[in-house]
Amino acid sequence: MLEHMFEYVGMTDAALALSSPAPAGEEIRVLQSRIREMQATRLDTRAVATHPALAGLLPGGSLRAGAAYSVTGSTALVMALMAGPSADGVWCGVVGLPDFGVEAAAGFGVDLERLALVPHPGPEWLTVAAAMADVVGVVVTTAPSRVAPSAVARLQARIRQRQATLIVLGDWPQSEAALSVTESRWEGIGAGHGHLSGRHVTVSATARSGSGRPRRARLWLPDGGERVRAMDRFPPHPVLQGVAG
Amino acid sequence: MRATRTMVVWCPDWPVVATAAFHRLPVDERIAVTDKGLVFACSAAARADGVRRGLRLREAQARSPRLRDFALDTVQVARAFEPFIAALEEMSPNVQVVQAGSCAVRARGPRRFYGGEHAAALAFLERFAELGVTDARVGVADGLFAADQAARLPGVDLIRIVPEGSSPEFLAPLPLQLLQEEELSLLLWRLGIRTLGEFAALPAADVRARFGEPGARAHARAAGVDPRLVVPRVPPQLRESVIGFEPPLERIDQITFSIRAAAERFVAELTHARLVCTELVVEIGTERGESRERSWLHPRWFSAADVVDRVRWQLQGGSAIESALSAPVTRVRLIAETVDDSAAHETGLWGSGSEERVHHGLSRVQSIVGHEGVLTAAVGGGRSPRERQVLVPWGDRVETRAGRAVSGREGTVPWPGSLPPPLPTTVFELRRPVLLVAARGESVEVDERGELNGEPVRFSETGASQGLRAIEAWAGPWPVVERWWDARASRRLQRVQVVDADGSAWLLALDDGQWWAEARYD
Repeated sequence: MLEHMFEYVGMTDAALALSSPAPAGEEIRVLQSRIREMQATRLDTRAVATHPALAGLLPGGSLRAGAAYSVTGSTALVMALMAGPSADGVWCGVVGLPDFGVEAAAGFGVDLERLALVPHPGPEWLTVAAAMADVVGVVVTTAPSRVAPSAVARLQARIRQRQATLIVLGDWPQSEAALSVTESRWEGIGAGHGHLSGRHVTVSATARSGSGRPRRARLWLPDGGERVRAMDRFPPHPVLQGVAG
Repeated sequence: MRATRTMVVWCPDWPVVATAAFHRLPVDERIAVTDKGLVFACSAAARADGVRRGLRLREAQARSPRLRDFALDTVQVARAFEPFIAALEEMSPNVQVVQAGSCAVRARGPRRFYGGEHAAALAFLERFAELGVTDARVGVADGLFAADQAARLPGVDLIRIVPEGSSPEFLAPLPLQLLQEEELSLLLWRLGIRTLGEFAALPAADVRARFGEPGARAHARAAGVDPRLVVPRVPPQLRESVIGFEPPLERIDQITFSIRAAAERFVAELTHARLVCTELVVEIGTERGESRERSWLHPRWFSAADVVDRVRWQLQGGSAIESALSAPVTRVRLIAETVDDSAAHETGLWGSGSEERVHHGLSRVQSIVGHEGVLTAAVGGGRSPRERQVLVPWGDRVETRAGRAVSGREGTVPWPGSLPPPLPTTVFELRRPVLLVAARGESVEVDERGELNGEPVRFSETGASQGLRAIEAWAGPWPVVERWWDARASRRLQRVQVVDADGSAWLLALDDGQWWAEARYD
């Protein structure tokens, strides 16, 4: 009997090896990721207070609890996203960003009293981010260069369960929306004179569900008063036009 | 019910004595200690001018123009009394502090030891005189209340002993106000009752029916049957715990494992005394005889696991070189530096606020990445962006120059030479070497007149010449000269802002011929 069993096990192994499992696993993974992409997040997701200048960019018109957002190439944009919840009394946690400019964050409206920083989580990045998601409403982090899909899924499950919002500086496979700064122009500085005073940016946001074109918005990030603000329809410095006659 | 035979040692005008000592004034000056605008205590000289307890400060100053007044600092007053309590505890173990300046002892022990109540009282007074208080008084009677009154009775006797069983007679002629029951004594006064004796003569059941439980207690005090016992205070020895290792331990996990039980006992003892520890000092002694001491604060209070964590962190050290254990550890000493009444730290019945949840969560993160791993931020002073952010481990106090750090930027004083807003969003933890080159490829430099030797045209954020990119706009240089009076700490920088072709702006600094990126605006 025992002998038979061994034989059987040996046979299946051989059979599996013959039918080359790698492409099948790959295909399943691709299909799974497609399913995930097409699945809407739960209907009852809770809206989180969002800065009005950014609300229009996000799917649903605001940040969502239990969702992840990815931001590429701009810490200021991350701070602007944090400002809304923080002003609403939500705790923010910043994990793995040793260069996070605290004073600028305060300028954008992030309350330092409710901000915790873990600059160097080290190899425990996932554990720390998950523990942070337990207690704070907004977790800001940047993923290590190689992050396993299982780690992504675990963190994603944790923030969904804890109804936290995750903002990732850099790419994130399961983000609700990916925001990036596509154009950036600084004001107040010339060739050897003035100083930086404000910046016009164009932010483009791609929603995960893939419905429609990316949304774009032109913002002051920051404006002269160190705030983020939607740019008026008219140019801020009206160009004087020569009057005929 | 018999009242316990009690001795009360009382230092007259203790708040004045303590405050005068703190301000280094002689006690015979006119001194008043005030609380909320009313005189709380005054010196004998002030009393001679007509200053009384409960008088408004302005009135007191009118009566005694040379009066020096100080606000009451209860902590200071209580602290100054500490040596006296300790001295008394050496002579008799069960000491109850009635208030700062007065403590009670059960008479039985000292009476037997010194051979009589008078002899015991004399011994106490001698000890107090050695410590500098010569006018202390002792009252001995049945019950705490009677003994207290005996000690406070005006007169020249320093020791007053009410014979056993005659406390009611002793109390009878004293005025009602001594009960310190404002409303009750007012009402009794209107009923025609003037002395404690007259009050005590009322039937106890009637008093209870009319005045309730507080009235009944006051009645018992007036009748000389004070039901209160002398409850000895917590001796301070309880507040520390020494764990010795024989043989000395070399590994951190061994040490933390061995102190676990002791830490639990340490916290349990405090809990038993209805105290919680909010500041802990951990002292670690090694075989070589070195001793490392560090104080740890806790935003709430230390549980046993927290104590073990702190010891582990201290053993691990920061990122400093001495982090490895230099020698086997022979001894760990835990001292509860600051304790607080546990009643003030009870968890609410209906869950506690989210702040506490945050605290628990962040403490957990601290147990993963270490005490210095979780930081809170405040904005402090300084000229470079890195200097201005004050990062403090979670749970520690934010301490900066003159305590000016505030969250937000409202309260900061202006710093000439700091950056104008907007501020950089990325502040490099370690500044990075970069290249800044002029049109012909030579490095940009600043001459003696504070001018750049050429217009910066290209810039490389990696510091390598392969990564050179065009510069769209630039401004500067702005000199920063700091601490020129101190040869070692002095610093001389030239700062410029540049915007590269991608629209990212950088804050660069020229320090000693090398360009550094201090921060980025992204």
